Parts: sequence; C-alpha cells; structure tokens
Amino acid sequence: MNVHEYQGKEILRKYGVVTPRGIPAFSVDEAVAAAEELGGNVWVVKAQIHAGGRGKGGGVKVATSMDQVREYADAILGMQLVTHQTGPEGKQVNRLYIEEGADIADELYVGALVDRETQKVVLMCSSEGGMDIEEVAEETPEKILKIFVDPTDGLDRAEAEDVCEKMGMPREAVKEGADFLEGLYEAFVESDASLAEINPLVVTGDKRVIALDAKFNIDSNALYRQPEIVEYRDLTEEDTNEIEASKWGLSYISLDGNIGCLVNGAGLAMATMDIIQLYGAEPANFLDVGGGANKEQVTEAFKIMLANSKVEGILVNIFGGIMQCDVIAGGIVAAAQEVGLSVPLVVRLEGTNVEQGRKILDESDVKLQTATTMADAAEKIAAAVKG
Amino acid sequence: MSILINKDTRIVTQGITGNTGEFHTTQCLDYAFGKDCFVAGVTPGKEGQNVQGVPVYNTVKDAKEQHGVNASVIYVPPRFAAAAIDEAVDAELDLVICITEGIPVADMIKTRDRMRKMNSKTVLVGPNCPGVITPEEVKIGIMPGYIHKKGNIGVVSRSGTLTYEAVHQLTQLGMGQSSCVGIGGDPVNGMKHIDVIKMFNDDPETEAVVMCGEIGGTDEEECAAWIKENMTKPVVGFIAGVTAPPGKRMGHAGAIISGGQGTAQSKIDALKEAGVHVTVNPSEMGSTLQAALS
Repeated sequence: MNVHEYQGKEILRKYGVVTPRGIPAFSVDEAVAAAEELGGNVWVVKAQIHAGGRGKGGGVKVATSMDQVREYADAILGMQLVTHQTGPEGKQVNRLYIEEGADIADELYVGALVDRETQKVVLMCSSEGGMDIEEVAEETPEKILKIFVDPTDGLDRAEAEDVCEKMGMPREAVKEGADFLEGLYEAFVESDASLAEINPLVVTGDKRVIALDAKFNIDSNALYRQPEIVEYRDLTEEDTNEIEASKWGLSYISLDGNIGCLVNGAGLAMATMDIIQLYGAEPANFLDVGGGANKEQVTEAFKIMLANSKVEGILVNIFGGIMQCDVIAGGIVAAAQEVGLSVPLVVRLEGTNVEQGRKILDESDVKLQTATTMADAAEKIAAAVKG
Repeated sequence: MSILINKDTRIVTQGITGNTGEFHTTQCLDYAFGKDCFVAGVTPGKEGQNVQGVPVYNTVKDAKEQHGVNASVIYVPPRFAAAAIDEAVDAELDLVICITEGIPVADMIKTRDRMRKMNSKTVLVGPNCPGVITPEEVKIGIMPGYIHKKGNIGVVSRSGTLTYEAVHQLTQLGMGQSSCVGIGGDPVNGMKHIDVIKMFNDDPETEAVVMCGEIGGTDEEECAAWIKENMTKPVVGFIAGVTAPPGKRMGHAGAIISGGQGTAQSKIDALKEAGVHVTVNPSEMGSTLQAALS
C-alpha cells in the first residue's frame, strides 16, 4: 500500500525525524489558509499523488506571496500530472501539501528497503540528492553507501555517523544526520514499510538535517497490525478495477494489451501473459484467481476484464490441482452466460478432472474454443482477435 | 534417491486442525507412503485430539519426542506462521516447509535472523510455496500428487501452478521426477534456487534439472553464476514475467521489478550465459529438456 508524502512525513515525525512544517489542503482556499497559518514568506505548494518525479512534471512550486500560493494551488489542483512514474495519461491531483520553505545548502538521498540477499533492512545513502537513484546506481554506483542493519541490534550509531560524514554532511550536521538515520530505520520497521525513500534529505544553511520529501510503501501483509496506516489509504489513487478485484480476493493488474487473461497462480499467470505476447498479441491484464476460485469469483473476473474497452479476446488458463477442472468449467460457462460474452474466448484446462471439464465446455451454448496446451491456447486467441 | 524428503521422512503438520491443514494432510496421507510418513500434528491447546487418525499435540517438541519427527509442514495463518517456524527450528527438526502465504516481511526477517544467529541446522522451504514432493514416496504440500511420476528430473520453482505445468509436461513426455521443490514467491524466504540446484547436482539419481524463476530479486542470477562454475548436469530454465511492467507486484509478494533490478531479461541473460537451456515458451519446458538430453 502506498501513502502520500504528507502522510509519510507524519509517520517520520512520530519517530523524531525533522521535516518542514506543513498542512494538507483539498481546495485552493484551504491552501491559502494553510499558508497563512504557517506564516513566513516562502511556501512550497506540492501536488500529492502516489508517484515520484512530481517536481519535474510541474507539481511542485515555490511561492513567495499569498497571491502566488493561490495561483499555484489553483493550477496544480485538478491537473493531470504526468511524471516518469504515472504513465503518459498522468494522474489527477486531488490533494495539496502546503509547506514552509527551507534554506537548502545541500541535497542528499536516503532510502530504506529490504535487501533480499542478506535478508536485512538496508539504508542506501548517497550524496546525489534530488536525482533518480536508479540513475546514480547505474552511472556512479560508488556514490551509494549501504548500511545493512542487524535485525536484533538495530542501527549501529558509529556506522551511521561514519556514513553521514562520507556522504558529505558537514561535521556540525553529522549528529543530526545519524539521528535522522535512526529515526528513519525505526519508522521503517515500526510501520512495516517495504520502502521508505527520502529524496532529498537536505542540510540547511544553519546545518540542520531535514527530510524534504517522503515516499513510503507499506507491506500489505502487515496492514492488520497497522490500523493508523490503513486510515491513510486513498482509493482515488488506485486503479478502480484493481480495487474491485481485491474485494473478490482476486489479484488483478491492468496492462495495455488486447487479450484479457484469467489464470490460477501468479507464476502461471505471468507465463500466460508472456506466451500471449510470444504468439503476437498483448496481455491486457494480470489476473490470478488463486487456488480455490468459485463461480462467483470467475464471474467477477470476467466482468472486470470486460470492463476494459481494449479487451478484444479472453484467454482462460487453469491448471487444476486442488481446483477441479469440472468445477471451474461450470463457473466459466455460468460467468460467460451471465455477463453476455461479446469477445472470442479460448479456454485451456489441464489437471484434475480435465475430461469432465472439457465435456462441460463442449456441451455448453457458450461460444468458445478449447485448447490443450498453453501454446495452442495462445495461438488460437491471437488468431481470433486478428481474424 | 531424492533430495530433502523420502519415504523415511517423519512429518508433523503444524496447524493440522484448521480447514487447510486438515484437507491437505488428508491428501498427503493418501499419497504413496503418506500413512507411514505423517505421524503427528500440532495445534496449541488441542492435544489429545486426532485428525484423520493422526494424533495432535500442543507443541512440536512433544510431537518430536513421541514420534521422532524430523520434518514439519506449516499451514498456520499468516500472523502466527513465523512463530510456528521458530518453534520448529527450536525443536531442531531437519526440515521445515512453510506453505502459508501472506506472512509480513518484517516477521520473516526476524525469523531468518534468529536461524542464522543460533546456527540452526534446520532447512527452511518457503514460505508461500506449494511444498516438496518425491514422487511415489511422499508428498508434503498442496501439489496434485497424480501429475508426478518417479524418475530422474529435478524441478525447482518459485511458483505453484507453473511448477505443476512443468511437471505435467515432463510426465507427459515420459520423464519422471526425482524431487520437486517449490521455494515460494516471498522476498525473504528459506532455500533459494542455488541451494536446491546444489542438492540436485549432488544427488546421484537426478540427471537433469528444470528451474522456473520469475521477476524480482536476483536469486536466479546468483544461481546462474554457480551453475556456470559448478553444475555437471543439464539445466532447463524458464523465467516468467517478460511482459510484467516495472514497479507492479505481480501476485507474489516477491515478484516485482524495482530499482531496475529483477527483470526477466536480466535473469534470462544470466542463465544463458551459464549454459542453461533457456526457453521463452512456457509450453516447451518439457520438450526443451528432452532435446537437451538427447
């Protein structure tokens, strides 16, 4: 689950991390009121969407008067913000964050994530703040310093201070820098984050260390023990089909192609997407119906796939293990009848009770083609949408 | 021969009184030597009951003392599953297979750290995996037993149904399996591809290996590097997720391309470079192996 920048900063502040003062705003008037409440003479008007690269896309503006706060808030609220992470259609901005300006002397980067190889949390620290860390990793990997944190002992203070120095903090800021790393690590662990990225982390003119941005992803498997973070969920930032699918226990992700695919199991679902492409069509989605899908779930899955206007054909690929092919075949027939299927359908069943399953499909009134192997299925659906 | 499990393995099912635990224990009891192998179950507070004739204990330690179990399989719900692994590790079992999907990553970090710090000899498979099977001897997990056939091909995979697909193709072509290991789709887990491949390389009954990988992490790349230097048997590889977009979690918690890492192409390149027979067509895993062996 993703949260907004201002929510990420709320998490950080709980663990002692210093951030600029700021107030979220949902309208232009609220934005102006927020700036007035903050006082001072420089404000930053920031678009709140679940994507990085907002500054480059025109979603972050520095205002030096109330008129400018109003002007920028008006321009950014409601805009379709396009960044390298939103896709070409961009994302509509529905929330702003109004923040006091900061006197930036130096910009650094710190990210926290789970290192799969060492099975520890790693803090990635770099002097190259404000840059895309993937580019830094590619071009100047020596500029990324890593701290692997021992899960029992926690962050080593001496190591934290050492890294702060090596990433270019002035001596007077090193203590605050190490405090920041401790706070970030604690925030990461306590909030069950899977990613926490502070880009940039800034050192101010008076040598203070401040988190100017905050990006948090939270481990969905741990949300049951993070009630406060669940409250942060912003459904307007999520794909409506993905939300609908999750209500039915389906794992669904929208893609750009023309073939909807319904599969049991994540690995087989990805392999099915791949083989669709191999035979000249493009997958319209990832959809895993899980290990024990029933008729209702299959019906909902069909509805979700067909709601996508790009879908020109559907491929069902089920390897029945615990799930029995005759049960799933009955579900497919019922679902196709209920939704009034309007596009070509190819069904490939294999595994437990496959003969009974194929018989149900063959004897039904639903217009569909059956296939024996994945290749056969992919070839048939690709031909059907071309023809 | 086989790896990890055979008909002499003695197994305790953790979470045996839950629906999932009971259902799959029944299936496993009915497979080959299952009735000899599945000797005990554990659910705290339910000692004295029995499930399908298998006696239930409060703790893994009790089950081990009473029945000499050396392996466990876990169907405990996600929020208690890491503690269940810890309990099996403390009881010094040889092997723990955790089927449970949806364990918080932070819990697995602690459990794996604990295992390392106590120099545990216990081998962990999973979590979020279908389990392990040695065909016609014993099945520990949720895979459909009947698609398997005894033979000389090792199978290792991060995914459930994709493994069944590979196994089915092999069986259809008359190539049986020595053992099939599902290592699971989570980012922090026990055995990795490289650990299983090493065991297959040392197993005299295994003649060749099929490995299925997927996007996310760099386990396949690390395995490829080992294969290049050490592997003496043919390996066929398939990597799922060539069409998966970056930054999106594809069902499995660990199946995500992030920070430019974990792409299918990088894994395919590494495997090819190591001399693995890579197919990009998931329908041709079996036939690719057949060609490699002829």
